[in-house]
Order: sequence, then structure tokens, then C-alpha cells
Amino acid sequence: MALWVDKHRPTNLDKLDYHTDLSAHLKKLCASGDFPHMLVFGPPGAGKKTRVVAILRELFGPGAEKIKIDQRIFETPSKRKLELNIVSSNYHLEVNPSDVGNYDRVVIQDLLKEVAQTQQVDASAQKRFKVVVIHEADLLTRDAQAGLRRTMEKYMGNLRIIMCCNTTSKIIGPIQSRCLLVRVGAPTYSEMVKVMHKVVKKEHCGPLPESLAFRLAEESGRNLRRALLMLETAKVQSHPFKEDQEIPRMDWEDFIRTVRVQILKAQTPESLQAVRGQMYELINHCIEPAAILKTLAKELIDRVEGNEIKMRFAQEAAFYEHRLRTGQKAIFHLEAFVAKIMSVYKRHLMSMDM
Amino acid sequence: MSFFAKRQTTAGSSSATANATAAAANKPWIEKYRPKTMDDISSQEQAVAVLKKTMESQNLPHLLFYGPPGTGKTSTILALARDIYGPEMIGSRVLELNASDERGIQVIREKVKNFARSTVSHNIGTQSCPPYKIIILDEADSMTADAQSALRRTMETYSKLTRFCLICNYVTRIIEPLASRCAKFRFRPLEEKHSRERLEMICRQEEVKISPEAILSLIRVSEGDLRKAIMYLQSASRLIGKDTEIDEDVIADIAGTVPESVIDGLEGCWLSKEYKTIATEVQNVIADGHSASKVLSQLHSRLLKNEHLSPLQKAKVAEIFGDMDKCLCDGADEQLQLLSMMTRVSSIAA
Ligand SMILES: Nc1ncnc2c1ncn2[C@@H]1O[C@H](COP(=O)(O)OP(=O)(O)OP(=O)(O)O)[C@@H](O)[C@H]1O
Ligand SMILES: Nc1ncnc2c1ncn2[C@@H]1O[C@H](COP(=O)(O)OP(=O)(O)O)[C@@H](O)[C@H]1O
Ligand SMILES: [Mg+2]
Ligand SMILES: [Mg+2]
Repeated sequence: MALWVDKHRPTNLDKLDYHTDLSAHLKKLCASGDFPHMLVFGPPGAGKKTRVVAILRELFGPGAEKIKIDQRIFETPSKRKLELNIVSSNYHLEVNPSDVGNYDRVVIQDLLKEVAQTQQVDASAQKRFKVVVIHEADLLTRDAQAGLRRTMEKYMGNLRIIMCCNTTSKIIGPIQSRCLLVRVGAPTYSEMVKVMHKVVKKEHCGPLPESLAFRLAEESGRNLRRALLMLETAKVQSHPFKEDQEIPRMDWEDFIRTVRVQILKAQTPESLQAVRGQMYELINHCIEPAAILKTLAKELIDRVEGNEIKMRFAQEAAFYEHRLRTGQKAIFHLEAFVAKIMSVYKRHLMSMDM
Repeated sequence: MSFFAKRQTTAGSSSATANATAAAANKPWIEKYRPKTMDDISSQEQAVAVLKKTMESQNLPHLLFYGPPGTGKTSTILALARDIYGPEMIGSRVLELNASDERGIQVIREKVKNFARSTVSHNIGTQSCPPYKIIILDEADSMTADAQSALRRTMETYSKLTRFCLICNYVTRIIEPLASRCAKFRFRPLEEKHSRERLEMICRQEEVKISPEAILSLIRVSEGDLRKAIMYLQSASRLIGKDTEIDEDVIADIAGTVPESVIDGLEGCWLSKEYKTIATEVQNVIADGHSASKVLSQLHSRLLKNEHLSPLQKAKVAEIFGDMDKCLCDGADEQLQLLSMMTRVSSIAA
């Protein structure tokens, strides 16, 4: 049984629920004879992938939906074998470079050359080119990005690239200059509420109280995927929906609440030790360290009173998140962040007593 | 001049042309309007003039082209090769190795060796053809320092038979011993009038309707990167259709410029001491998908004009901007960075 997020994913440009101007633009672009390389960017759960799939369908018709998954083996120059799952149809192919880490250049180049050298086999195809979709393109190494530059020009005859990413900041200038940039912003709360109502109607499990829908939208931070996942869980928890029912949260997020409580309760070496244990536990459950830090920071900021201390916490969070990204061992930086927060907070409490 | 004329007629008679014209209709404009000859290259007068001189002398040095994206480096070397060899011989005389190819030391040596050794066939027709071949190493700045050092030997070994042309964005990424073996040519961002000429020519040929203000904003947002400008122009014309005129708003939309209203909102927040106000504004900017680095650079160009800040405050803010840029480059979280920057600036300004 498919999750609602997948089951109710719109499949063509006309059915996309929001950013209708963008959909209309994309439709025109697909109808014209040529088609540029594209860089689709926006926050998680904004509907980038959905939109890309809809574009493929618009370009190639229903055939683009007949996908298969192959396992492929690539060889690095040092003769290392890499296995990679590749999603493809007759008209396109999708890769996720983060699956192969630092060997992404080899994989991308092999694939692109292969695609570029095979002509569109289907003579009735509406377009002369094939499309390669690169997901999470902001994780491409610089090396791989450099490798794309001339390839994007040379194989323009029968190959187009669509890259999906959260931010353009990590895409090198020469690549940006070769692509049409397409921004997919997150839907607004009311747009999200509309989509939720639609889904509930299709599932015949309404009515969905307006205030619950809004709280779900808010809680998701304008991430539609999250909102729909929470909506489905909410239905399992209580059906029919109740106006004041609790918003379901992930286990690890609940766990971070207890970490927050600990930090704000006692700012001592013992307390820090306890928190360290909790941090290890989170990491061992494969929660991404940056997500731990960000979620914890948000919890902390929401709970403390006073603009100055909130701002200070935000600044420390940014500082240690940066450290975390550039450093080696996540736990060091998580712990350092907590220690710093404790000391800042303690001083803050003392100054208030005086 | 007769030199070029002759080359063009040979090109015209080649059998590939029929297919080529069919494909041309669907060709992206950046490829369709890639300069075909040295005379076609706009701007870059200095580089072009010197290169033409050296071509006449029949003795080409090794070349190093550097400059920002979309300023004509690749186009120039391809045009130069075409001018020297003509369209028929270019295939056998020019080897292009770019960052997409395997470029370990071993591979380069091998490829260069084989290529250099394959005998230079003798002159075809009346046009005397230079005795050397050209090896283009595009995107050379992505080669490792080791591969670059190894290249020095290779360059010397085959210097009778080959000329190298290295192309890169950052000349500082080419090791000095290699750079010093080449004649360096700097490619500058295209000047406004040259970009304009080129864009207007394309608009005429493709029958695009566009307002003069829109052309101007095209030139502005592309910052001397002609490829970007052409790319945006074609996208705009595809989105709008043939009958409507392209205006500035369409261009701003396509270029992903952060709307002024968003920047206004952020700048306004600097005067606020409310955490909540700032945090909400930042969350919305990020959720709307604006790139933090673009936001930062647009805020930066506002900074000098800001009327509320003293020069000292501005200096402090500039320092904070610098920190943020560095962190973004290192891959730090955009929302946290933007939030941190905004709160730091607010504690200086408010
Ligand atoms: N000086 C120029 N004169 C005419 N057209 C140009 C010029 N510079 C760029 N263009 C246009 O931009 C396109 C890209 O140019 P080119 O491939 O030469 O850029 P580049 O300098 O090699 O960029 P990169 O560093 O990204 O590889 C060309 O196809 C052409 O349409
Ligand atoms: N335009 C839309 N209309 C309705 N639902 C959408 C739309 N875009 C996305 N969704 C829903 O949101 C979910 C997440 O979208 P997705 O495209 O995977 O986001 P992203 O790729 O940006 O992370 C999809 O599974 C789909 O159910
Ligand atoms: Mg996705
Ligand atoms: Mg180039």
C-alpha cells in the first residue's frame, strides 16, 4: 500500500496544485522545439521532483512513466567496482550522485557519454534528445561539476540534463551559466491546506478540520511531503479527525525535546555528560548530525525568553553547524555546541538574578 | 581575408551541411550563435588581435586562456583551429581533452603520445597547413597539480609536433611552471556594448520582440557572461511566445533575481530587535527557495546606499557578510547562516 505522498502525487503539469504560472511556463517550454538544460532548486518537499516527473511526461508522453530499475556496475580508474541503482525509462535516466560519494565524476561521465552516444531508439519519439535527471546535484563534488561543463555543450545534440537541488549556492558558476534556473518555492500554508483537503477527499476520510490542517502546515515548516506524512499518521491516530488532536512527530524529535529539557534544567558537567550520552544515541540511530543540531537549536530558541538570548543561541547554532560541516567527527561539535549553550545560558540566568 | 572566404565555401559544399541545417532549427542559441571564425568573436579585441598575428607567423606558441564563464574562451580556440586547418582537417589535427575525460597523468601522456605520433598527413589543396597539431585542455583548472607537473615534460617532448592550449577560469589554479610556458590571454567579461550588439543581432535573426529596458536588464543580470545572457534570452522567448514583447519582469524572473521586495523586507528587519520578526522573515525567504548567496550579494549592494547605518557600522556589517559567505562556501546550512547574519547585523544596527 503506497503512502499518500506517493499515491497522490500529481503526474502532469496541468494537475500540479500550486505555482500554476510556473507550470504554464514549463508547458510552453516543453512544446517548443528545443529545451534547455535545467537547474531546479527549492527547499525539501516543495515539489521539485514532482515537477520534474511532470516535465518528463509533458516532453515524452506516458512512456516516460514506464520506469525500470537496473543495477549497474562502474569501474573507477583505480579499478574499484561501484554498484549503483539506476532508474530509467526509454526516454530518461535518473541518478543520485551522493550514492557513490567521491566517485561521482566517473559515474556521471560514463552515464552521460553512454546516453549521448545512443540515439533515441524510438523513432516516434517526440524529441530527439534524452534527459538525464541528477538528483541532489548540490552534493556533486566540484570535480564532477567541472566534468559536466564541456559535456553539457558537446552533447547538446541529443542530451539534456535536469539537476535538482536545494540551493544553487553549491553549484559552480560555469554550470549555472549553462542552465535555465527554475525556482520551486515551498507552497504557502493555505496552498498546503488545499492539497491536504484534496487528499482527504480522495481517501474518503474527511472532514478535515481547518485548524488541524493549518497546524499541520505550520508544524511541517512549509514542507509538503512532511505535512502529508503527518496527515496520514494523524488519520491512523484518530479517525475521524479531531480539531485539537495532537500533531504526530517523529520519535527522534521527541527525543530531542528531552535533550532540550536537560540542557535548560541544569548547566553542569554532569548534565553535559548526560547530554553527550543522548547525542551518541541519536547518532547511532543514523539521525543526521546537522539535523540534530538544527532541531535542537529550534527547540531551545522557542523555549527561552528574551530576544537577546534567542539571537545568541541562533548565532551559536550557525557557528557550530558550520564547524560540524567542515570538521571530521560530529560528536565533538555537537558536544561543543551544547557546552557553549549551557555556559551562555547560565550566564544569562545569573545576570537576570542580579 | 580570402583565407576565411575559402574556408567558408568548402564548409558550404560539405555533405554534412544538409543535416546540419535541419538540426540547426532545434539547436539551442548558445550553440547556434557560437562564433565560427576569429572575426566573429566580439569584445576580447586584444586577445583576438594578438592571436591573429601569431597565426600569420605560422609559429604558434603554447596558449593559456583564462577568464570567467561565457566570455568566449572555448569558442576562440575552436574558431582559431577552424581558421588554421579548415573544417575538414580539424578532426585529425585537433585533440580536445576536457575535465569530463579521464585526465590522470598516465592517460594524458598516452593520449598525447598517440595523437602526436600519428603522422601529420600532407597539405591538402593549395592552402599550406601548419606542421603542428593542437591539443586543447579545456577546464584545465580542474586538473590536479601532479597531473599539471607531469604535463610539463609531455609538452616539451612533443613540442615540435604539437601546441597546447590550456583553458581555465582561474589562472591561479595553474601551476607556475606550466603557466610560464604559455602565452597568456585574459578574457574579460563582455562589455555592455558588445553584449548588446550580439543580443540585438540574435533578436533580429530569431525575430524576438524585446523592450530596450529588457535588453539592458539582460546585460545587467548576466554580468558580462554572454552565454548566460543568450540562455536567458532564449528561455524568455520560449516562455513568452513569439507575439508578445519580452519585458524586464520576465528577465528578472528567469534570472532568479531575488525580488526587491524580499530584499527590502530583510533590510527592514535590521532595525528590529524582535527575534520573532527576523526569524519569520528568514524562514520565508528560505522556504520560497531563494538562494542565500544571492540574497547576500543583493543585500551587499544595498549596504553602501543604506541611510540608517554609520560608516563604522557598515564596516562591521561588511565583516559579518564576509563570515557568512565563507560559511556558505563551506556548505553550512543556509537558514542558520542567514538567521545568524541577520541577528548579528540587527544588534549592530538597531
Ligand atoms: N566573445 C564572444 N563573442 C561572441 N560570442 C560569445 C563570446 N563569448 C561567449 N559567447 C557566446 O557564449 C557561448 C559560450 O562561450 P564559450 O563556450 O566560448 O565560453 P567559455 O569562455 O569557454 O566559458 P566556460 O569558462 O564556462 O567554459 C558561445 O557559444 C557564444 O554564443
Ligand atoms: N504541485 C503539487 N500538488 C500537489 N501535491 C504535490 C505537489 N508537489 C508536490 N506534492 C506532494 O508533495 C510530495 C513531495 O514532493 P517532492 O516533489 O518529492 O518534493 P521535493 O522533490 O521538492 O523534495 C509529493 O510526494 C506530492 O505528494
Ligand atoms: Mg526530492
Ligand atoms: Mg568553455
